[in-house]
Amino acid sequence: MTYLQARGVVRSYGPTPALRGVNLDVAEGEIVAVTGPSGCGKSTLLHCLAGILRPDAGEVLWRGERIDTWSEAARSRLRRSTFGVLFQFGQLVAELTAAENVALPLLLAGTGRREARTAALGWLDRLGVADLADTRPGEMSGGQQQRCATARALVTEPRVLFADEPTGALDTLTGEQVLTRLVRLVREQGTSIVLVTHEPRIAAYADREVVLRDGVVDHDGLGLDVPLAGGHR
Amino acid sequence: MSTPHVLLGLLAAGARHGYELKRAHDERLPRARPLAFGQVYATLGRLQRDGLVVAAGQEREGGPDRTAYVLTDAGRAALDRWLAEVEAPMPYVSSTLFAKVAVALLVDDVAGARSYLAAQRQAHTVRLRELTAAKTAPSASLDDVVAADYAIAHLDADLRWLHTTLDRVADWHREVHS
Repeated sequence: MTYLQARGVVRSYGPTPALRGVNLDVAEGEIVAVTGPSGCGKSTLLHCLAGILRPDAGEVLWRGERIDTWSEAARSRLRRSTFGVLFQFGQLVAELTAAENVALPLLLAGTGRREARTAALGWLDRLGVADLADTRPGEMSGGQQQRCATARALVTEPRVLFADEPTGALDTLTGEQVLTRLVRLVREQGTSIVLVTHEPRIAAYADREVVLRDGVVDHDGLGLDVPLAGGHR
Repeated sequence: MSTPHVLLGLLAAGARHGYELKRAHDERLPRARPLAFGQVYATLGRLQRDGLVVAAGQEREGGPDRTAYVLTDAGRAALDRWLAEVEAPMPYVSSTLFAKVAVALLVDDVAGARSYLAAQRQAHTVRLRELTAAKTAPSASLDDVVAADYAIAHLDADLRWLHTTLDRVADWHREVHS
């Protein structure tokens, strides 16, 4: 089943076009890597798909229903209940412990305090950082913080996880450990991932790779057989 | 790869016969080209001739004749010397991949060189995925992971080079044919 669709999505920043008509489908449980050189529009596409940014033209659909026309409040609710977001760094609230950080999305969604803490502890355990439950981000390594951020992104059991260079700030081994756990956990849940990365090594964790270049899809799929580069074909 | 030195290294733990050496080799270097029995015995023969290993008795329990070998002091010294030698970090850029692109630019047009690069990128990407799946499988041993890591790091480097070169093909072709 198709979860997410972008149809002819266009988005500019002032006079600078970032996306110039992008089409993309993401199926249920599918891990799609969005790659391409710096400035190709991959993060903008992720923000449009996640309903954080509104496209200037084109459509974004969630299970066949347009969401780009929804109000900010409605899109925000969808993000809280159905989507998870994971960035490169700096997502944890410094004043809260790991368990409080992970419980936060559940508390915002109205889950009781005790139940939210139990769920948070479970996710910290699945990410291998149960012992950090009462530690604040400032006392953790980058890899530990990213594991907590991953737990927080998954605690609501989202249907789609949007991950923008999730291992970009980590060393190779730590990044790999975070990613391996993340992929294993989302496979168990049938969650889809839109994974933005510029690294072939990271994109290799996905089922499919979509390469953006100059704001359009340059090629899509495993059979990367379309000659590209420099805008010439 | 230096098969004689790898065999010397596998014998450092104690006497082993040819069959055990082959198995230990394939286990320790899981993604290496598997060693043929003939190659093991031929290499052992040369190592024995050079005084680096000696036969340490035969085992014959209803099966074929099996000679076990042990490392001599000279063999241990040769092994230590080999380990102490630092490998020259890429003394020549001699990959077939690189040579093909350079030659393609000489004999073909930009589109020809680019389609070769794109096809190669596809093959690299597919292999990168296979290795990533193999190393993240719950059943993967550390031997598997470390061997796959080595290949992944090199494929990743090749892929970066392929991407960059795809962007440079037109300029490169102009320069070659100016």
